[in-house]
Amino acid sequence: MTSAPKLRIATTSLAGCFGCHTSFLDIDERLLDLVEVVEFDRSPFTDIKHCGPCDIGIIEGGVCNAENVHVLREFRDNCKVLVAIGACAINGGLPAERNHLDLQDILIEVYQTGPSLDAEHAQIPNDPELPLLLDKVRPIREVVQVDYFLDGCPPSGDAIWKFLTDLLAGKTPSLPYPLRHFD
Amino acid sequence: MSQLAQTCAITDLDQAVDEALARHGGDSTRLLQILIRAQERLDWLPPRAVTRIAAALGLSRARVEGVVGFYSFLHARSVGRYRVLFADNIVEEMQGAPALMRRLCERLWIEPGKVSEDGLVSVDATSCIGMGDQGPSALVNGVTITGLDEERIDAISELIREQISLESWPREFFAVDDNIRRRDILLNDRLAPGEALRRAVAIGGGALLAQVKTANLRGRGGAGFSTAQKWEFCREAPAQGGGRVVVCNADEGEPGTFKDRVLLTSFADHVFEGMTLAALAIGASKGFLYLRGEYRYLRDHLEQVLERRRAERLLGNGILGAPGFDFDIDIHLGAGAYICGEESALIESLEGKRGTPRIRPPFPVTHGYLGQPTSVNNVETLALVPIIAARGGEWFAQIGTKLSTGTKLLSVSGDCAAPGVYEFPFGVTIAEVLEACGAMDTQGVQLGGAAGMTLAPHEFGRRVAFEDAPTAGALMVFDGSRDMFAVARNFVRFFAHESCGFCTPCRVGTALLRDCLDKLQQGNGSPLDLVEIERLDRVLQTTSHCGLGQAAANPVLDGFRNFRAAYDRRMLHREFQPAFNLDAALARARQLTGRDDASAHFPERRS
Repeated sequence: MTSAPKLRIATTSLAGCFGCHTSFLDIDERLLDLVEVVEFDRSPFTDIKHCGPCDIGIIEGGVCNAENVHVLREFRDNCKVLVAIGACAINGGLPAERNHLDLQDILIEVYQTGPSLDAEHAQIPNDPELPLLLDKVRPIREVVQVDYFLDGCPPSGDAIWKFLTDLLAGKTPSLPYPLRHFD
Repeated sequence: MSQLAQTCAITDLDQAVDEALARHGGDSTRLLQILIRAQERLDWLPPRAVTRIAAALGLSRARVEGVVGFYSFLHARSVGRYRVLFADNIVEEMQGAPALMRRLCERLWIEPGKVSEDGLVSVDATSCIGMGDQGPSALVNGVTITGLDEERIDAISELIREQISLESWPREFFAVDDNIRRRDILLNDRLAPGEALRRAVAIGGGALLAQVKTANLRGRGGAGFSTAQKWEFCREAPAQGGGRVVVCNADEGEPGTFKDRVLLTSFADHVFEGMTLAALAIGASKGFLYLRGEYRYLRDHLEQVLERRRAERLLGNGILGAPGFDFDIDIHLGAGAYICGEESALIESLEGKRGTPRIRPPFPVTHGYLGQPTSVNNVETLALVPIIAARGGEWFAQIGTKLSTGTKLLSVSGDCAAPGVYEFPFGVTIAEVLEACGAMDTQGVQLGGAAGMTLAPHEFGRRVAFEDAPTAGALMVFDGSRDMFAVARNFVRFFAHESCGFCTPCRVGTALLRDCLDKLQQGNGSPLDLVEIERLDRVLQTTSHCGLGQAAANPVLDGFRNFRAAYDRRMLHREFQPAFNLDAALARARQLTGRDDASAHFPERRS
């Protein structure tokens, strides 16, 4: 039996909380229907470390450090369609609350202040393995071109299912109002 | 500070606040006026003052703080004893205002927007202050200074450094000219105060209304709604308790317009008589002139005119001896909020609240100021009413076009030999106005201010009229040397600043649009950004709560249509570019960690 080649999907969480990925899993047993027609590339679901050529890339979370930028660019370079999922990817979300503060104040508060720290030796981590923080947390659309925005914090499993099935059917995703109604 | 000095300062503060409260009768609907008055004495509104005012008026502190936060000219933080605000409308920007502002900052050793360390002075920008014909201009502690040049800037920096009080500055700094360039029925009119009112009292309010109807007078604020119809709605709406209200909208905030300033300066009797006639027509007993904060320097003059009219029995109880014809006018100041030119936001502001537009219906004609039937009319509309009352509606209807009767005052500024106020009968073409003002090599005309339309030469045959090219009166001229992208960007920035923040499409949309244009300006534009701009324009136009957000996209849409080359020039990349410099965004972290290894940088990418 021959069947159409499966579409490839990659997903990642940048400066996010994995809530959108958790919500993705809320499609429950429909996941079995999904894997009939798609294959997961780089994703927390597969633990594949780097993205190959894909049809759809789904990004959770905003851009808060240098590594986020590299991952985001890898996705953009490899994915035909890039989707920003959830408030953080779309607007910066909760991590962007730090944009009101100076980076120095934040790092001193976290790494050099507090009774449990040895104030004399406590220093701001500077190992080259660690990605440097950007001065501000950015929505992903400020760094790369984004094709679709799926809003919600997180979007419900049903919204993600409707969005993906539309896209897989070759249609422009269209979500009825109840799936975009949040309060 | 010694304990004694501290106690004295607190006593002074409390006294200033109490005086402001007493002056306005401790009336919470006058909150905005109370805050303005208190700030006049305190330079800013310290937390203690806000708390004291809230307690005295029985309002929550958050409510008072919300009002303080809404208006640009109210300050919850100290802004220095001298506060210089440069008008940043596009015409004055082209005349070199930004360079003058930088010069002043350098002389005073300060950064724009930040108070000097000794708390003496701050310098910043503000939206158009209605001096487009005699700019660059600025407000110093709320008072208008015109004709700025390098010499004057240097003099101002000296005066501030030597802490000379504003009253002792050279008088010529504060000179504001009318610059009337063409007069017609309104600006030539010589009616004596009270003359039109006398005739109207003789024929009665109903007959006056009929005359205004025959004249087919339409609102000069831009929308062109029938004045007689508005008055009829108001007259027929039941008035409970407080009675009906006449409001003169002198919140002339549209960038590039200043004709109301000229009327209030030299035709104040016409304006007040128009308000009194409106009161007669609709049966109102209370009147407000809502004067934009930028025109605060006119307040004393206007108060004097009101005082004289009261003495002449043209205001007060039993006007001109007519029993039951009681009407008086109160001047309310705005505090730097463009949105308050929208009539329902204006009424909110009159009630001492944040200037957020109301949901309509109900319309102000039935539920306006404190729920009373309220007629809000433009300064120019009201100034025309005495002329109609004196000379008749039929005579008036002969002037102009069939659908737009009478004349229109145009505030002409920009690249022309004679900027100023021009009164033309409706139906005049843009080309005729350009010829009259001595404009050469005109590339574009902004008609109706930032919210209006940007016209290209092939449209200069269009007529100023409600049925063709409607306008509240601003006409800015741009010659061939100007960058029409910069014009649109200035307007978009204006809307982002002036959005009241009530509805999301406007609050967020105007900021995103501003950021998009900034991105293009910084050389990071690609065709994909134009797609994004078009999408934002559509969202703004279709989903904003009021006209501000709906109009915010106009300058860009007109720019795409008429001045595409100015946008295409900025499409420097084929591929999408980040909106900011990625490597520079890591600079702060590099400095804090002392790192400079390869992974502490982003390699440059070429598109």
